[in-house]
Amino acid sequence: MGEARAARYGLRAVALGYLAAILVLPCSWIVFKTFQNGVGPVWDALADPAFVHAFQLTLTAVAIAVPANTVFGVLCAMALVRRRSSRGAWFFNASIGLPLALSPVVVGLSLVLVYGGDGWLGQWLVENGIQVIFSTPGIVLATIFVTLPFVVREVVPVLREVGTDQEEASWTLGASRAQTFWRITLPAIRWGVAYGVVLTTARALGEYGAVAVVSGRLAGKTETLTIHVDEQYRRFNEVAAYTTSLVLAVLAVLTLVAMNLFKPRTKEVSLVDSDSPGDEAVR
Amino acid sequence: MSIAIRQVTKRFGDFVALDDVSLGIGGGSLTALLGPSGSGKSTLLRVIAGLETPDRGDVSILGQDVTGIPPQKRAVGFVFQHYAAFKHMTVRDNVAFGLKIRKRPKKEIQEKVDELLGLVQLSAFAGRYPAQLSGGQRQRMALARALAVEPKVLLLDEPFGALDAQVRKELRGWLRRLHEDVHVTTVFVTHDQEEAMEVADRVAVMNEGRIEQTGKPRDLYEHPANEFVMTFIGAVNRLGDSFVRPHDVEIQLVPNGESQEAIVKRVLYLGFEVRIELALRDGQELWAQVSRNDIEGLKLEPGQAIFIQATRERVFA
Repeated sequence: MGEARAARYGLRAVALGYLAAILVLPCSWIVFKTFQNGVGPVWDALADPAFVHAFQLTLTAVAIAVPANTVFGVLCAMALVRRRSSRGAWFFNASIGLPLALSPVVVGLSLVLVYGGDGWLGQWLVENGIQVIFSTPGIVLATIFVTLPFVVREVVPVLREVGTDQEEASWTLGASRAQTFWRITLPAIRWGVAYGVVLTTARALGEYGAVAVVSGRLAGKTETLTIHVDEQYRRFNEVAAYTTSLVLAVLAVLTLVAMNLFKPRTKEVSLVDSDSPGDEAVR
Repeated sequence: MSIAIRQVTKRFGDFVALDDVSLGIGGGSLTALLGPSGSGKSTLLRVIAGLETPDRGDVSILGQDVTGIPPQKRAVGFVFQHYAAFKHMTVRDNVAFGLKIRKRPKKEIQEKVDELLGLVQLSAFAGRYPAQLSGGQRQRMALARALAVEPKVLLLDEPFGALDAQVRKELRGWLRRLHEDVHVTTVFVTHDQEEAMEVADRVAVMNEGRIEQTGKPRDLYEHPANEFVMTFIGAVNRLGDSFVRPHDVEIQLVPNGESQEAIVKRVLYLGFEVRIELALRDGQELWAQVSRNDIEGLKLEPGQAIFIQATRERVFA
């Protein structure tokens, strides 16, 4: 028994030590460094117009990318799971996963190639007065690209798990396909969607690589929060860099808190709506 | 005919689920579609409901051709094996769903739901969620939900398949009584011949996408049309080309000229029923089903030689 207990405590010590070294220590160091010289410099950093603009730009990108990818993700998952034939599904599946596999820098470069002034679509857009690269549309586009898979990836397994029975029951009770989607399917997959939204938001807030390539890094114009952190750090504006980092961390925490607020209260309903354990036994 | 199915064929890839099936179902009847898994019985039920579209053939309900009509407009009630409960809704909201879709007045919905919950004995559970119900209760809720919209036909796909034996037995009797009260034309799918015989007043036996025979439960048992029906419904011994029910095997201690000699292998006492496992001279094995009273005086022992005579046997071409 004593040996087992020792092993258990040992395991805990290793897990906690790992967490401390990788996560807790660096994060708390940021808090410490931010307020090292009091609140004054922090306030100045927050009042800097470049910071305010970066903050607004990041929120804009999130506000467009998250709803767009949520709608697209749910539609896409429905198309993948509730399809009638399997033709083309593998291509669909592979394409959806691409943004996860591809380095964000490559994503950014590919966008520049297509939408940049020399790109085949970019030329036409510029002629029509729309600038994508080195401008907000490019940043939004890059954010959408890198956050594309999250909602789909979360919703697909939930949709499979839920099955078609409830939808078919709804049809036989007279509900149209649209009514069935809103009243039956969406409530059944809501936790998958919510989790996908959280992941999308977190990634959209923190995206650096792809956005850095397409933005042009113009302070007060095309600088997002992550680029602002990098720029300030390079200019030895440490307090501004740490403050902005802290803001990003706070936004991330708020996202997680929002997720937990929506979480189901009863223990029967877990993240994935599944049957009660008794149900599994008879299947 | 309440439901008429004419020459329906349905394929899933290379698999032929329904092969030129025709079936008429009388108004107010309680019909079982009985067959082994993969026989096409569930597919046939789903074709009636409009959940599957047949490749060929047509379906009509109460004289109206519904072949191209979606499930929403067929006025059928459908009950699924795994209940298909709307998990995010209370029992009351589940049952009210079809009526809310039809935008019936609130008061009417309330009354109708109360009435149905009483009928399926779930009045006390109206505020609960499906996760808080037992399997039998969930299936009764699903039945009330299907009945709420007053369907022209009620279709049940292995409705008791996911329940344990005791609850299944209870619900069978309960479905039978419910059918006598509500009297809506009902079709249910089952692979359990005992369940079909006990609940239905007509049974269609299916095998490999075709209907082998349709009839009253007793007629199927007494006059099976072919080998499949004979062997699928009830126990059977095969002796060469002929088939004998175990209860049609008579045990005798002395030969009478028409009997065959057999050796007793094992005697199993199953309460009232006694099962005697036998082997013929040529090695063929069979068993006889007798009552405890029948063999009380015989004192059968394993290894003993006796004589058997089939009082009734069948040969299919």
